Amino acid sequence: MDIYGYIKYLLFIPLLPLAAFVLLGLFGKKYAGKYAGIFGTVLMLAATGFAIYTAYSYFTTYSGGSYPRINALSYTWLKFSDTLSIDMGFMVDPISMMMIVVVTLVSLMVHIYSLGYMKGEERFATYYAYLGLFTFSMLGLVLSSNLFQIYIFWELVGVSSFLLIGYYYNKPSAVAACKKAFIVTRFADLGFLIGILILSYTGGTLDFNTLIVNLTTDGSASISSGVAHTFLGASALTWGAALVFIGGAGKSAMFPLHIWLPDAMEGPTPVSALIHAATMVVAGVYLVARMFPIFAITVPAVLEMIGWVGAISAIFAAVIACTQTDIKRVLAYSTMSQIGFMLFALGVSGYGGEAGLGYTASMFHLFTHALFKALLFLGAGAVIHYVHSNEMKDMGGLRKFMPITHITFLVACLAIAGVPPFAGFFSKEEILLAAHHHNPAIYWIAIITSGLTAFYMFRLYFSIFWSKPHHSHHTHSHREGGFAMMLPLILLAFGAAAAGFIPFGKFVSSNGQPLASHFDLQFSILPVGIGLAGIALAALFYFRQNSRPDKASAAFGTLYKSAYHKFYIDELYLFITKKVLFNLVGKPAAWFDRNIVDGMINLTGNATQKVSAGIRKMQSGKVQQYAMYFLGGVILLAIIFIYTRK
Amino acid sequence: MNDLFILMKAEMAVTAIIFLLLFIKVGKGMKNEALLPLIQTLLLVNFIAGFFFNKPGHLFGDMYHTEQGTVLLKNILSLAVYLISLVCAGWLKRTPHLAEFFLLMLSALLGMFLMISSGNLLIFYLALELSSIPVAAMANFDLDKKRSSEGAMKMILSSAFSSGILLFGISLIYGTTGTINFASLPAQLDGSALQVLAFIFLFAAFAFKLSVVPFHLWTADVYEGSPIATTSFLSVVSKGAIAFVLLIVLYHVFRPMYETWIILLMGLSIITMVVGNLFAMRQQNIKRFLAYSSIAQVGFILAAMINGGPAGFAAVAYFILVYTFSNLAAFGVAAVIASQTGKENVDDYKGLYQTNPFLTWIMALALFSLAGIPPTAGFFGKLFLLTAAGEEAAYWFITIAALNMIISLYYYLRVVRAMFIDKNENPLPPVKTGPAEKLGLIICGAGIVLAGMLSWVYDYIYQMIK
Repeated sequence: MDIYGYIKYLLFIPLLPLAAFVLLGLFGKKYAGKYAGIFGTVLMLAATGFAIYTAYSYFTTYSGGSYPRINALSYTWLKFSDTLSIDMGFMVDPISMMMIVVVTLVSLMVHIYSLGYMKGEERFATYYAYLGLFTFSMLGLVLSSNLFQIYIFWELVGVSSFLLIGYYYNKPSAVAACKKAFIVTRFADLGFLIGILILSYTGGTLDFNTLIVNLTTDGSASISSGVAHTFLGASALTWGAALVFIGGAGKSAMFPLHIWLPDAMEGPTPVSALIHAATMVVAGVYLVARMFPIFAITVPAVLEMIGWVGAISAIFAAVIACTQTDIKRVLAYSTMSQIGFMLFALGVSGYGGEAGLGYTASMFHLFTHALFKALLFLGAGAVIHYVHSNEMKDMGGLRKFMPITHITFLVACLAIAGVPPFAGFFSKEEILLAAHHHNPAIYWIAIITSGLTAFYMFRLYFSIFWSKPHHSHHTHSHREGGFAMMLPLILLAFGAAAAGFIPFGKFVSSNGQPLASHFDLQFSILPVGIGLAGIALAALFYFRQNSRPDKASAAFGTLYKSAYHKFYIDELYLFITKKVLFNLVGKPAAWFDRNIVDGMINLTGNATQKVSAGIRKMQSGKVQQYAMYFLGGVILLAIIFIYTRK
Repeated sequence: MNDLFILMKAEMAVTAIIFLLLFIKVGKGMKNEALLPLIQTLLLVNFIAGFFFNKPGHLFGDMYHTEQGTVLLKNILSLAVYLISLVCAGWLKRTPHLAEFFLLMLSALLGMFLMISSGNLLIFYLALELSSIPVAAMANFDLDKKRSSEGAMKMILSSAFSSGILLFGISLIYGTTGTINFASLPAQLDGSALQVLAFIFLFAAFAFKLSVVPFHLWTADVYEGSPIATTSFLSVVSKGAIAFVLLIVLYHVFRPMYETWIILLMGLSIITMVVGNLFAMRQQNIKRFLAYSSIAQVGFILAAMINGGPAGFAAVAYFILVYTFSNLAAFGVAAVIASQTGKENVDDYKGLYQTNPFLTWIMALALFSLAGIPPTAGFFGKLFLLTAAGEEAAYWFITIAALNMIISLYYYLRVVRAMFIDKNENPLPPVKTGPAEKLGLIICGAGIVLAGMLSWVYDYIYQMIK
C-alpha cells in the first residue's frame, strides 16, 4: 500500500483544529490574548496544507478504473457481535477528499477574516476556540467511515454551531436563535438516529462500504429482510432511508425544517459564512451523497421524494429572498435555495455512467457554491462592518468607499446568477442538464428559480453598491476594512471566477468512474438568458432609486406580503407549539398539577382543619392521598391485566 | 465456613465498617474533620476490594447466591456511596452526628447487597426493609428543619404501605405455588388470575421504590425536604439497587409471565417518562427539578427492561453507572452551592458561570449527560437502552421514548442557559469548593466523559453479565 503513503497525514487534518480548540479553550484567555487569532489561524493553515496535499495525492495516484474507497486508520471501538461492531476510521473517497478541501479552505478564510472582523471583541480567544471545535467536528463528519461515527460528529457540529450562533450571548435574539436552531435540528436528528438504527439493523452493519454492498446487491438477505418488514405500508428500508434523509434535511434547512436558518444569522457574520454557507448546511447533501447507491438502487422512491423536497425548497426560498430587506437574511434564503438545487440534482440522478450526471453536478455545485457563498457572506460582513446595519435602506452608493468589496461581491453575484464564465454557471448548467433529462417538471422549476436567483442577487448588489448617490455616506470616515478582511475576499473571488473550469466529472461521479463532462451551447441559451433577464430587471428596479419597486410590490399584493412574511411558516410552527402543544399537553398537565395534586392538599387540608390546625401544617393528609394513588394504581393495573389475560 | 467469608465478602466488608463506626461512636468519638476522611478512605478501600477474590456460589440452601453479575452490581453501588461521601462533604462535615449518618447509610447499603444476592422471597423482603428503614431516618437528618421531618414521615408511611402490599403479594404467590424460592418458582407459575394479581402487588412495591408513575408521589417532597446527601443516596443508590433487583426478579423468576410484564413495562415506562418530563419543566427548586428528571430517567430504565436478554441487563447496568456519575455531579454541585449560600432555585443559578466556572462546567456536563447529548456517556447510556428496546421491534415505543429525550432536552437546557447565558446583576458569589468535593466532582466529570469514550467500560459490563 505504498501509493497510499499520504494517508498517514490524514489524522492531522481534524486533530489540528481540535488542538486549537483545546489549547485556546484552556489557556487562551490567560496567555494568548490578542494572539489567539494568529495561533488558531496558523494551526488552521497547517491543517489546510495537509488537506490539500492529501486530496492532491489521492486524485493523482489514481490509476484507471474506479476511484478506490479506502477505510483508513480504522479500529474497532465497540463490538456487539461478530458481524456488528462500531468502528472508528477515516473514509477516503472522492467526495470526502473534496469536502476536506472545501471545509479547511473556507475555515481558513474565515479564520483570517475574523482577525480583522472580530478584533477587539472581549472573548476573542473563546471565539477562535469555538471555530476550532466546529472545524474539527465538521472534518470528523465528512471523514466518518460509518453511520454511528457520522452521527456523533453530526451532533458535535450541532453543539458547536449552537455555541457559535449564541456567541453574542448578551443579545437576546442571538440566544433565542441558537436555541431554535438547536431544538429544530434535534427533532430532525431524532429521525436520523432512528433511521440509523433501522438501516444498521436491516443491513447488519454500520460501516458505509459494507452497508452499501449489503443493501444494493440484488436479492441479498439484508434487502429481503428489509423489504419483508413493513410499517404503515412502507418497508423498513424505505423508512430507514427516509428518516436518515429527514436528519439531513434538518441540518440542510430544507422545507419545512428551514425555519432556524434565517434566525441563525444572529451569529457573527464570519460564522455565517462558515456554517451557513459552506459547511454545516451542506451536511445533509453530503449525507445523501455518501449513501447514494442505497438511495438510487434500493429505494428510488425516497430519492424521488428528495428531488421534490429540494426543488420545492429551491423555489420557495428564492421567492422569499426577493422580498427580504436584511442582507444576511437574503443570503440565508439564497443558501437554502442553492442547497435545494444540490438536493434535487441528487434526486434526479441515477447510478453510474451518464445517468449519474446529477450526482456529479450536485457535488460540483456544492464545491462552487461554497466558494461564492462564503465570499458573499464575508463581503456582506465587510459592508455591515462599515455601515453598522443589516438593512438595505441604510446602504447604497458604497462602491466608491469599498472598491475591493464591491468588485469581489460582483464576481460572487455573477457566479451565483450563472453568468458564464464564472463558476456557478458550469455547475448550474450541469444540474439543469441532469434535470432536463430525467424530470421536466423539476427542470422548469429550476429554470424559474435561476431567474429569481439572478434577480434577488442583483437586487442585493445594486441596493448595496449603487442606488443612492455616494456622497450620502460621507459621515463614514473609516476605511473598508484591513488587509486581513480583504485578503480572503480576493482569494475567494479568484476561486469563484475560475473554479468552473475544473473538469469535475473526472474526479467525482456516482460510481467512482470518471465521467466526461460535456457542454451543449444550445442548451445553455435559455438559462443564461433567464439569468440575464433577472439581472436586467433588478437593474431597472434598483440601479437608481425610483418608485418601481414599491409599485411592483403593490401590484403583487398578497403574494409579496406573504413572501415577505416568509409564507407564515414561522407563525404556523408557533401556532402548533404554542397553541396546540401547550394547550393540549402543557395546560392539562399544569391543570392536573395545580388542581388535582395541589387541590388534594387543599381538600385534605380543609378536612383536617377540623381535627387539628397543627397537623394541617404538616400536610399529613397528603400521605393518605399518596396511598390512595398507590392503591388506585395497583387496582387499575390488576384490573387491566387480569381481564386482558389470555 | 471459609466459603461463607469469601462468598459474602461484600456484605462482610460493609458490616465491618459499620461495627468500626459503632465502636468509634460509643468510644471516645472523633471530630468530624478526622472522621470523614477516615470514612472516605474506608469506602474507597471497600470499593477497590470489591474487584478481588470473587467466587460464584450459593449459601444457606440457595437463600443467598453470588456470581459475576451480582458482584458487578454491588461494585457500582459501592462506587456510588464512595462518591456521595466526597461530593456531599460540605454538608457531612457540618452534621453533628456524622457517624450515625454513615451507620444508617451503610446499613441500607448492606440491605441492598443482600437484596441483590437474595434467592428467596423472604430474604428479599427482609433485605428490602433493611435497605429502606434507615433511609427514612437519613431523610430526617436535618433535625432543625421541619421539611426534613415531614419528608421522613411521608417516606416511612408510604413505605410501610408499599411493604404491606408487597407482603400481600408474596403470600399470594406462596399460596398459589407453594414455594418462595427463586429457583423453583418459575416452574410453578401458570399465569392464573391470582398469580397475575400477586405479580402486580409485587411489582407495585418495586415501582414505588423506583418512583414509577403513579407510585411516585412521595419522591419530590422527600427529595426536597431531605439533606442533600440523603437525596443523592435515594436518587442514585436506592434507585440503582432496586432496578437491579427488579431485573433479576423479572428475568429469572417471572420469566414465564413475560407476555404480561413486557406490556406492563411499556405502558408504565411511557407514562413515567411523560409525567416526569412534564413536571420537571415547571420546577424551580433544583432538588425538585432533579427529582422529577430522575423520575423521567427511570422511565428509560424500564424501557430497556423489555429486552429480556443480556443486552437489556447490560444496558441497564451501564445506564445506572452513567446515571450515577451524572446525577451525583449534578447533586454535588447543588450541594456545594446550597451548603454555602443556602440557594436552591434555578433562578439563583443565573450568571453562575461568571463567578463559578468550575462548578458551572461540571453541572453543564452532568445536565448534557442526563439529556443524552453525545459525546457524553449519557448519550451512550440512552442509546444502549433504546437499542435494547429496539431488539423487541417495538418501533412506536422507541419513537415515543426518543421524543421524550427531546422534551427533556428542553428543560435541561433551561438550566444550562440560566448558568451560562442569562444575565444577572448579582450572581452568586464565588463558592469555595473543598478538596474532597472537588475530587468527587472531578471523578464524576471524568466518568461522564470517559465511560462513553472508553468502549471497554460497556464491554466489561457486558462480559460480566453474560
